[in-house]
Amino acid sequence: MLRGTPFHPRTAALCQAQNWRRWAGYIVAGSYELLHDREYFAIRTAAALIDVSPLYKYHVTGPDAERFLNRLIPRDVTRCALHQVLYTPWCDQAGKVIDDGTLSRLDADAFRLTAAEPNLRWLQDVSTGLDVTIGDITQGLAALALQGPASREILQQVSDVSLNELGFFRLTHARVAGIPATISRTGYTGDLGFEIWVEAAKAVPLWDGIVQAGAAYGLIPAGMLALDVARIEAGLPLIDVDYIPANKALIEERKSSPFELDLGWTVRFDKGPFVGRRALAAERERGPEWQFHGLEIEWDSVERLYAEVGLPPGLPTTAWRTSVPIYSGAEQVGYATSGCWSPVLKQYIALAHLRSGWASPGTRLEMEVTVEHRRKRAEARVVRKPFYDPPRKRAVETAT
Amino acid sequence: MKRREYDAVIVGGGHNGLVNAAYLARAGLDVLVLERRPVLGGAAVTEEIYPGFHYSVCSYVVSLLRPEIIQDLELARHGLEILPLESTFTPLPNDDYLVRWADHDQTRRELYRHSPRDAEAYDEFGKLMLQLAMAVKPILGMAPPDPGSMRPGNLAKMARLGRHFRDLGSEKLSALVKLMTMSSADYLDEWFETEALKATMAASGIIGTFLGPRSPGTAYVLLHHYMGEIDGAFRAWGFARGGTGAVSEAIASAARRLGAEIRTEAPVERILNEDGRAVGVALESGEEIRARLVVSGLDPKRTFLALLDPDELPTEFVDSIRRFRIRGSSGKVNLALTELPSFTALPGVGPHLRGAMSISPSVEYLERAYDDAKYGEFSRRPYMDIIIPSLIDPVMAPPGKHEMSIFVQ
Repeated sequence: MLRGTPFHPRTAALCQAQNWRRWAGYIVAGSYELLHDREYFAIRTAAALIDVSPLYKYHVTGPDAERFLNRLIPRDVTRCALHQVLYTPWCDQAGKVIDDGTLSRLDADAFRLTAAEPNLRWLQDVSTGLDVTIGDITQGLAALALQGPASREILQQVSDVSLNELGFFRLTHARVAGIPATISRTGYTGDLGFEIWVEAAKAVPLWDGIVQAGAAYGLIPAGMLALDVARIEAGLPLIDVDYIPANKALIEERKSSPFELDLGWTVRFDKGPFVGRRALAAERERGPEWQFHGLEIEWDSVERLYAEVGLPPGLPTTAWRTSVPIYSGAEQVGYATSGCWSPVLKQYIALAHLRSGWASPGTRLEMEVTVEHRRKRAEARVVRKPFYDPPRKRAVETAT
Repeated sequence: MKRREYDAVIVGGGHNGLVNAAYLARAGLDVLVLERRPVLGGAAVTEEIYPGFHYSVCSYVVSLLRPEIIQDLELARHGLEILPLESTFTPLPNDDYLVRWADHDQTRRELYRHSPRDAEAYDEFGKLMLQLAMAVKPILGMAPPDPGSMRPGNLAKMARLGRHFRDLGSEKLSALVKLMTMSSADYLDEWFETEALKATMAASGIIGTFLGPRSPGTAYVLLHHYMGEIDGAFRAWGFARGGTGAVSEAIASAARRLGAEIRTEAPVERILNEDGRAVGVALESGEEIRARLVVSGLDPKRTFLALLDPDELPTEFVDSIRRFRIRGSSGKVNLALTELPSFTALPGVGPHLRGAMSISPSVEYLERAYDDAKYGEFSRRPYMDIIIPSLIDPVMAPPGKHEMSIFVQ
């Protein structure tokens, strides 16, 4: 049976759309209302509550915890301060990405790693010979993302610690609505936001406490459809959509290295050995074959294609997740894997894998669009991610 | 009696004989199939044994019927429908159980209950098997080159085969060599820790063989099973609506449509031989039928030792046929049920009854079943692969009644 998350008693009652989607063996709401637009705008203009409990979560403890994690991920864990959070991919021996997630340092020897796919076996295999305990805490730990410009004020109402000083990608322990929780300033929206981690049994009272505090600020629950638009605007890759995990790929061509996913910044060669280091060092020497960037699809061009058949320009109403060919002249030089109309930017955007020769920002390319049953090409321009990056995402509140 | 000459006469109307007849007829030959029994299909037959209860008497699932045959002969148009048989339920003696469901998330969760590591290993194992099955599949349809021959055509074939293996890459090649030589028990031990999972998977490595899960070579049979899974993507795996006889009926219908003539209750007594060439067959009725080509769908022993006089064949050949081992280790029990069974491990009527039920609690259990057979005994506690056809295709049994097919090894 597919499970409801620990928040299911609340989310089920609110989900008018009944468009439940699968996420890691759980069901989660696609949208709560029949259309997801209001939920999206809540993320960008007020605040939204998103149930992210299905994430896989691992608790890593022991004298060798730091050493183990430093072996696992390409980032330097020794530089991860207490209560700091790192976003990181991790790779196989060939330097191809298996998964990505966040690593939180809860204590000197205690960490929490989130993952999109089950990774217990891989973590155990990488930990061979080290004094470390890896616990799968996926089921026991509920997670709620509170995202949007009003999220700090709302959360402050029900938290017993001051959140003004909590920096981007930092965490704090607190009581939220009287419930012991961990608050991390993280999220998948590219906006100001927090993720609150609590024992699964306390999920419902946590939800109620936050919803009550948020009512005055326009807080509403948001589903996966709204989140998908927000994460594309934020330029954040999605596993199984924008890349295929190396341990699941049936053919080599489907695997990607961190460099090929625009995650080269996570690879630190100035630290000790880690899985995939040698292959990644070689790749850095020769340069990656592919790059992962943003595309802005030209409005005029789309409008022209539709005008040719007597139609007003058609735009995707939800984010799409199919592979769409990208051309430079006659040659296919890449493929887009996610795209959407960005309501906040008023721009048609996509995330695309491009051959390195065609990937520098400003390069003019063409993306396939189907207009009235016929394949056409719209003009597009390579841009750096993220598409949307409001200062409030990172800003620390210094005002009183 | 009127004597008529055919292009080809096929002895035995089993599914192999029928496929052969259909392809020959498709190629424009004048073809006759002769079947001893009143029903076509050989081991692939559906028969009404008790009133209202229709049984796939022997073969009971469709797994390795080549998808290209289904396409070439347009078997769907001739009535072939394959219904999914998607789960495998293994009841355990400690009142626990293991189920592998059609749904990935559901299977993962169930395996996780037994071992979190195995739940993850299962996916990776499946991926490797799929890759290896893809690698082996093209070779299966190839006539093997003669490694001793230096003829250019043969050498080219050897080179092609060599290239094929080289292109696999060292990792897959080494996995393949392991599979070809290891026992399924050893191979699965490298991947999994849950006994019931290993045993149920190992069972597909011994099914239909005279081997135990610890016999070398059984790992390859596992892979063979995975090839059925690839074809499963084309819905070529499952339970034939109307029982396995429906597969034979569809092929026969296709063969007739293509112009083949099929006669039942026409037992062949011997193959006619003139100057070292088969020229036709003589029926038990005394009728003689001549043909340019005689095809036998029977096993080699009956073909060469019973239907032909050993004097007519080279001695060494006869000797090698005598030495050819045909050892059965399996049987089939078909039951009529007044109601559905309830397992103590998972009581009541549930979706687990709609798939396969596997009595394979541990590798040791399977190996001991084989030990009995090895020493000439019936297995005291045999491996069993059970399905309830009436839950998949209700017309197999009278309304409200059920039937059970038990494959015993």
